[in-house]
Amino acid sequence: MGILMSTLPPDWPGNFWWHLLVLTLLLIGFLMTSVIIFIWMERRVIARFQIRLGPNRVGPFGLLQPFADVVKILTKEDIIPSRADKIIFWLAPAVAFVPVLMILAVIPLMGGLALADLNIGVIYIVAVSSVTAIGIFMSGFASNNKYSLIGAMREVAQLISYEIPMLLALASTVIMAGSLAVSGIVAAQSIPFILVQPLGFVIFLVATLAEINRTPFDLVEADSELTAGFNTEYSGMKWAVLYLVEYSEAVIGSVLITTFFLGGWRGPFLPPIIWFTVKVFASFFFILWIRSTMPRLRIDQSMALAWKGLLPLALLNLFITGVKVVFWPALSPWIAIPAYVFVTVLLVLLWSRLLRTRRPALGS
Amino acid sequence: MALATEPFILNIGPAHPSTHGVFRMRTTLDGEVIVDVEPVFGYLHRGIEKLCERRTYKKNIPLTDRLDYVSAINNNWPYVLAVEQLAGIQVPPRAEYLRVIMSELQRIASHLLAIGSVMNDMGIFFTAFMYMFREREKIIDLLEMVTGQRLLYNYMRFGGVSQDIPTEFLPALAKFLKVMPGYLDEYDQMLAENEILLSRMKGIGILKPQTAIGASTSGPVLRGSGIKWDLRKAAPYSVYDKLEFDVPTGANGDCYDRYRVRMEEMRQSLRIIQQAVEQMPAGKFQGRVPLRIRPPAGEAYAQIESPRGMLGCYLVSDGSELPYRCHFRAPAFLNLTVLRELLIGQKLADAIVIFGSIDISMGEVDR
Repeated sequence: MGILMSTLPPDWPGNFWWHLLVLTLLLIGFLMTSVIIFIWMERRVIARFQIRLGPNRVGPFGLLQPFADVVKILTKEDIIPSRADKIIFWLAPAVAFVPVLMILAVIPLMGGLALADLNIGVIYIVAVSSVTAIGIFMSGFASNNKYSLIGAMREVAQLISYEIPMLLALASTVIMAGSLAVSGIVAAQSIPFILVQPLGFVIFLVATLAEINRTPFDLVEADSELTAGFNTEYSGMKWAVLYLVEYSEAVIGSVLITTFFLGGWRGPFLPPIIWFTVKVFASFFFILWIRSTMPRLRIDQSMALAWKGLLPLALLNLFITGVKVVFWPALSPWIAIPAYVFVTVLLVLLWSRLLRTRRPALGS
Repeated sequence: MALATEPFILNIGPAHPSTHGVFRMRTTLDGEVIVDVEPVFGYLHRGIEKLCERRTYKKNIPLTDRLDYVSAINNNWPYVLAVEQLAGIQVPPRAEYLRVIMSELQRIASHLLAIGSVMNDMGIFFTAFMYMFREREKIIDLLEMVTGQRLLYNYMRFGGVSQDIPTEFLPALAKFLKVMPGYLDEYDQMLAENEILLSRMKGIGILKPQTAIGASTSGPVLRGSGIKWDLRKAAPYSVYDKLEFDVPTGANGDCYDRYRVRMEEMRQSLRIIQQAVEQMPAGKFQGRVPLRIRPPAGEAYAQIESPRGMLGCYLVSDGSELPYRCHFRAPAFLNLTVLRELLIGQKLADAIVIFGSIDISMGEVDR
């Protein structure tokens, strides 16, 4: 309670519960609006990558296309397979969606504006974000469909594997910031951590892509292999909720990248909330860029990347960060940043040498 | 404690995004590993060979378009050749060159589709596919300029082709020949060295040369295994003996080699078209053909190198206006026979890529 109270602006007119209600609505509104814009953006941006136009008929620049889609989805028949486990089938979309909303509670949208600025925010985020996997596994398991089952198994295997490098990458930002609270980590980023933690950023980015099932880690729904993966049997509004989960996860992934590595709401000239939004959309644009250019990894390759590639790198990064913080706590950023970038490039090159496929002779 | 596991059966297809038509693989899976595969054909069977027996020789040409609908012109050719052999029809030289130009254009279009859809199977969300369709569109525009059609061209006739090229065709073709090598280089830049693509294709689905010959595969699938066998070189038909080109082969017979062979074949096709345009004489595009074709009783077999391999047509005539028997040697069908050997022991995700790298079209497999 005390923590919640401390996040109140000193001149807040109402009482505590108003604060909670208003912020909750604000966060849900932020998430939903972002999802709608993300859906529109994904279709338009990928269309531009693919030398197409994308949706441009409904509203200006096709901006109302997501609304038209929702209306279409609402009119669809909601089918439950006869052999499905009905209760779990019903519950799964909700179980997958709620944790995504819960993560937003600890993210500061601007200085002091967070629903709950927990002092263990990082641990809370990692813990809650794993619950989504249970929802997705439930949906795949309850569908009584083999494609869904394979997709669900892949989801669990992948999530467990990528949780560890993700957590280790976050641990090094925690060491740099000296705080487990999300607001503390943002406050420590007078220089964004992407510059002083480049290796951590790369690891976190890859792990986030895997956690939110985006290309090249979209094995869970791998449309060319598993038709639609875990949501093969879903239709109508339940499918729409799973779709919402997918995009909410993308929002959360972009929000986490922004908060931990791009300096969160901090930035010169513009209001904090604008900076925050711009950074979130820039992160998502990068995710889209990867999606439209990369093939999908195979499940064993994805596992190998997590355990052989990212885990040792994350441990090394943790070690380097620890050494820096213990021995040169007041190192000038003019020396620290080039040194970090150099070490990162060296390590990433070394690791990609070790892990890469044998080169072919071109023009055989 | 050891967990008890049991293999389970997964039907991939007949309605599945990656089966390139209505093909079904009845796979037995142990987790993600394929233990057994049973290919199931026949969902697109239209009885084309039987239909051929009930129509006159001339009316059968449009039917052959429907065999392999992504390379229709190449499918006209063996049938037309077989009838010409049976009836002793001469083809004027200009028509031969027109046939070569059009079928090589069609080969490029077909390979673009093949590579684009393999990339799609691998999970490049339609980007490579759309890029390849940009160039395929140019080819289709060229073919439309000549034939008036965009998919099933119905272009070849006994003793020639259906129509000569319009005046604006050659400048448009020259423009295409100029820009296309740059686009092919662009694909190589974006795809050939991509780490994920290499890890998904290198060493996956290795087809040994002996197996490839034993299963009577042909086309890029055979050449990917390192065997230099191309009918255009091995048994030149039409004017291919006057044209200079190489036969690209792979070294390992994996999916990557099949992809590379297709990329190189497109470059060779461009060379062939360039030479054919330069060598093409003026003259008639259609030889002297009787109005009603009644070939003497006998049989003929003609084959060409289609984008998918050796495409043959076996015709038996009983002297009437209708063929007595018409059989097509479909390369896609024969290439599919190695599928089981390639898939067993591979992962489910690889199965899709291997299947895509064989590049079938169900219209030809099921006929």
